[in-house]
Amino acid sequence: MTKILSVQNLSKKYDHRDGIVCALDDVSLSIEKGSFVSITGPSGSGKTTLLLTLSGLIRPSSGKILFKEKDLSTASDKELAAFRKENVGFVMQNFSLIPYMTAIQNVMIPLGLNGYSSAQKQALSSAVLELVGLENRLSHYPRELSAGQQQRVAIARALVNKPSVVFADEPTGNLDPSLSSEILAFMQKINKELSITILMVTHSPQAANYGSVKINLVDGKIDSQT
Amino acid sequence: MNLLKLVWLELGQRKSQLFSGILAITLGIGVIVAIRSISLVSEKAVAVNLDNLGANILVLPQGAGVDNYYAADIDAPTFPEEYVERIVTSDLAGVDNLSPKLTRRITINGQKLVLTGILPKNELASKPIWQNSGLFGSTLNAACGKNPSNETLGYKDEKLQRKSIDSLGMADCIIGSNAAARLNIREGEKIIIDSTQLHVAKLLSETGTIDDDRIFAHLHTVQNILGIHDQVSAIEIMGCCNAISDGLLSKLRNILPDTKVTTIGQIVSTQIKTNQLMNQISLIMLIIIVFVGSISIGNYLWANINERKKEIGILRMIGYPKSSIYYILILKATFMGLVGGVVGYLFGVMIAWFLGPYVAGINIVPVPILLLWSILLSILISLMGSLLPAWFAARFEPYSNMQEV
Repeated sequence: MTKILSVQNLSKKYDHRDGIVCALDDVSLSIEKGSFVSITGPSGSGKTTLLLTLSGLIRPSSGKILFKEKDLSTASDKELAAFRKENVGFVMQNFSLIPYMTAIQNVMIPLGLNGYSSAQKQALSSAVLELVGLENRLSHYPRELSAGQQQRVAIARALVNKPSVVFADEPTGNLDPSLSSEILAFMQKINKELSITILMVTHSPQAANYGSVKINLVDGKIDSQT
Repeated sequence: MNLLKLVWLELGQRKSQLFSGILAITLGIGVIVAIRSISLVSEKAVAVNLDNLGANILVLPQGAGVDNYYAADIDAPTFPEEYVERIVTSDLAGVDNLSPKLTRRITINGQKLVLTGILPKNELASKPIWQNSGLFGSTLNAACGKNPSNETLGYKDEKLQRKSIDSLGMADCIIGSNAAARLNIREGEKIIIDSTQLHVAKLLSETGTIDDDRIFAHLHTVQNILGIHDQVSAIEIMGCCNAISDGLLSKLRNILPDTKVTTIGQIVSTQIKTNQLMNQISLIMLIIIVFVGSISIGNYLWANINERKKEIGILRMIGYPKSSIYYILILKATFMGLVGGVVGYLFGVMIAWFLGPYVAGINIVPVPILLLWSILLSILISLMGSLLPAWFAARFEPYSNMQEV
């Protein structure tokens, strides 16, 4: 298997009025291409911070993050934005949909930067919405969709750019158990069928079981990896 | 989905915010356009009419305002018509022609107009007591050179431009272009003013002055209509330039007590000062609107970006660079500036159109170049106001949309 992400001695410290908080403490790990990684741990263990640093949303205080040999820890803001645009999809607990845009308009947002024609954007977005089973909900606004459907729109938006990695932060946190299973099964499906690497932060042991690799964080350190 | 579409969709979401954001800039631009329209049209009218009028003299009651030549006699106090006789019988050298008038605002069929009574030249000449005066003899022509206004022109328009008329029947009237359009009346038709029926003898072509809104009728007919008998509100005199230089004005003042005797030049000079004052006011307004407009737009965008922090975070998370966030906000500010400029211009033209006849005695026509200036100024103000909020918005972290970090 090929390494897609490699982390060496990663630390992230925040300034706080009570002193410095060490969210990640000397973390090293490797992620294989096509794997489904679940990151678990108690609240405040640094799992979301790890997700943010690996996805280029925040910079580490020290250490290296290598994405296909490219060092993200020294990349500029512009380079990080380009990295996210070209390689990364996000699925968030709160869905992160723009409320005044329809399902297809939300999915089309990442394509606005890629120079596609309007017809191409329409076709790509429709196809990916069909993939997540929402071909009949293209012109629905988020408020007109159920929580599960909103999360599927978010997944479609994450997939529309054909990313190498999808980062998911508590993707089932706002869903009931049956919807959670449905979304997780779908993520597992795209991981296997499209060979997209998935890194998922979750506090749920059931959700974590969908991952092929499980990393448990405690106090900013890797407690276990299976 | 491109950036333009993103901006467009967002603008449609917060219409009341958008309206209040544009309001200040629209009002400011509107006021500037109104002031500039009035002063520009006024300056043009002064220039055109100065050429037409020559060295005229205006006799007004002592209390009349002289800041606007074209409207000076409107609603002015009155003085006896007998003063005309005094001038004619005084043997003053250099009085080429004169035209006593009585002017009041009237309303006909809901249209606000100006009614001016004017004494035609043939009636002045027909009075035996004035026959031997120098007014209608040939000596003035010899002294001043040939004066085209002495030619018999009947109801020709130029004659009214020179503020006199050769003949006018007691039941006739002459109507300015704008007044005729507003009353929807044609030559040869009848018009009723306060139960007096008048025959429309002539429609005047457009002059760009308050004369466009005037109805001219015989002085004595107008005196009867208004119930102001044997009184006039102004006497306009075609004076010989040389005679004015030789002290004609002071001689007139001696024989016409309780009046204000002034030349067109003096009045025009006052009007030019008024125009300059309006230009200064518009400059002050410009400075105020630059500050108030920028702050208003800035305040709107500031509130807007704080409300949209999550959306901006989503865009940044997906991979939109800081420059795209700048671009979105600048595009939005430009759009607001464009709308503010166009609406402000239209608003200003409406104000000028409505107030022009009252404050400057002229009918205002839109000045197209001001539209371009309005748009450019409005966009500039919007951009100034948007720079700081755009800079802050671009600094929002891409994970601003996440619940827990």
